[in-house]
Amino acid sequence: MTSTTASAPRASVNVGKLLTRISIVLIAAVVIYWLGRNFLDSPTQFLSVGITGLSNGALYALIALGYTLVYGIIELINFAHGDLFMLGAVFSYFFLTSFLGAEGATPRNYAMLGLTLVLAMVFCATLNVVIERLAYRRLRDAPKLAPLITAVGVSFVLQFIGLKWNGSAPRNFTTVLPQTSFTVAGVVVPWNALAIISLTIPLLLVLVTLVNKTKQGRAMRATAQDKDAARLMGIDVNKTISLVFALGGAMAGAAGLMFAQSVGTVAYNIGFQLGLIAFTSAVLGGVGNLYGAVLGGFLIGVIQGFNDGLPFGPGQKWSQTVVFTILILLMVYKPAGLLGKATTEKV
Amino acid sequence: MSTERTNSPVMLSVSDLTVAYGAITAVQNLNLEVRQGEIVTLIGSNGAGKSTTLRTISGLLKPKSGQITFEGETISGKPGHEIVKAGLCQSPEGRRIFPRMSVDENLELGAFLQKDQELIKATRERVLDLFPRLRERIDQKAGTMSGGEQQMLAVGRAMMGQPKLLILDEPSMGLAPVLVDVIFETIEKIRESGTTILLVEQNALAALRIADYAYVLESGHLKLEGYAKELADDPAIAAAYLGGH
Ligand SMILES: Nc1ncnc2c1ncn2[C@@H]1O[C@H](COP(=O)(O)OP(=O)(O)OP(=O)(O)O)[C@@H](O)[C@H]1O
Ligand SMILES: [Mg+2]
Repeated sequence: MTSTTASAPRASVNVGKLLTRISIVLIAAVVIYWLGRNFLDSPTQFLSVGITGLSNGALYALIALGYTLVYGIIELINFAHGDLFMLGAVFSYFFLTSFLGAEGATPRNYAMLGLTLVLAMVFCATLNVVIERLAYRRLRDAPKLAPLITAVGVSFVLQFIGLKWNGSAPRNFTTVLPQTSFTVAGVVVPWNALAIISLTIPLLLVLVTLVNKTKQGRAMRATAQDKDAARLMGIDVNKTISLVFALGGAMAGAAGLMFAQSVGTVAYNIGFQLGLIAFTSAVLGGVGNLYGAVLGGFLIGVIQGFNDGLPFGPGQKWSQTVVFTILILLMVYKPAGLLGKATTEKV
Repeated sequence: MSTERTNSPVMLSVSDLTVAYGAITAVQNLNLEVRQGEIVTLIGSNGAGKSTTLRTISGLLKPKSGQITFEGETISGKPGHEIVKAGLCQSPEGRRIFPRMSVDENLELGAFLQKDQELIKATRERVLDLFPRLRERIDQKAGTMSGGEQQMLAVGRAMMGQPKLLILDEPSMGLAPVLVDVIFETIEKIRESGTTILLVEQNALAALRIADYAYVLESGHLKLEGYAKELADDPAIAAAYLGGH
């Protein structure tokens, strides 16, 4: 509790708390009513929309991880990360569709899709490592604003590369993932949503295992907590930070390919909007927390899905408004994010 | 009991070391030596440049000029992790344990470069025998432990790296008097097991009592050096550095 509230009269503190409680209960009641009524009206549509939301959420989660990993280790909000995702999408269009000519769902094209997934991940990982090496590393001990502005600059550079590479107009193409859907018990499931969800979940599991269970992962967490102490353990801090950028980049590359394959269009400016939503996911979950990024991504995806797709609701044109309203509300009541740590550590 | 200084080979040698923070010179033209098997202590009042010296030896700071060699190899200018690989571990000032990790994970990080699992296990047991308190708290988040417990962890963690030379920056800071004695006994035990020690201590009298050789720093300069026993008996030293402790 801050000193101002501590010195304020007790009664006003309690009134404030009470108001907070009441408003949380009210918001929860509205949300539950909204979801409940839609579910009862049309349970199959509710579930279909939920699945689409989950698949969008999976993409947000993959991108959000890149923000959260980098923030966790060097406390930099990497504004260029959304544009890295964009380059992943553009790369996968050029490699898979243009170079390999993979259009339509054939066994050969699925194999090529798998190959492109790996290459897109390697491409974005390498790019992210190079960006850190050239732009951020020398600013590591500079005041926080310097790397932040640099990240904005890198974002423009990447967008420019995307513009030169892909052209100024969006490019439409035939995807390998089928744009059709199938029906289970009346619930419509788009094939590409299923593909994205089933590709994303193993990636998330691998990443979380790597960070939490391996020696390199432990080195990352140590570096995040205290760089000099990590050096005293024999950890190569620069290499560890590069590895974090590589991991974040790989996730963005995977998201880029899946995005391109699910919508069948790429443009040089998709990084801004998706990056912003993914960043919001990371903040919602508690920036710096891996599980938070995943949770935040899926939550925003599902909320957006419900908002856009349910018959009884604000509808698609309110999509961004709803997402950011949720973010603002959460920041007011829980500034550290859903899974973030609000308390400072004992030193 | 104490090693004769001239007999053992030089392990660490610092020559003409100057370290600066921007325009502020913290250490100037420092020369010192640590010989194999010794406990060497570096004493001096607050801000004398002791921690700066140790941080530079461990590669956390780059010297402005001068040279540091460890077992005959130049280590000044090398990154910190390579210096650890050479066999030099430090328990830094202010503990610097990893607060969001458990005691166990902190210890395992201390052995980050160690490959021999059996040896890691044996060292872990040795550390936990030296500090039974750590065994009781093995799964606790290190940041939630008391200052004294964290200090034990910092020393134990540095031991996990199988150092040939163990650097301790104020290992008794924040400890209750009875635990201070335990720490000093522990340092002697570590030395008896074959590890050479470079020790910085606020508690200069206690440090001189267990050390073989001592260097006295004053505002970044070497003021004097000599056998620890002789310095401990020197009334001028006692008046300047040992009073109040
Ligand atoms: N990061 C820094 N930036 C600028 N000056 C510093 C920095 N760290 C230390 N100094 C200065 O360098 C000098 C030596 O500091 P150092 O920490 O080495 O002293 P010390 O002998 O370890 O003192 P103490 O007994 O208090 O730990 C001091 O004057 C201090 O103010
Ligand atoms: Mg000091």
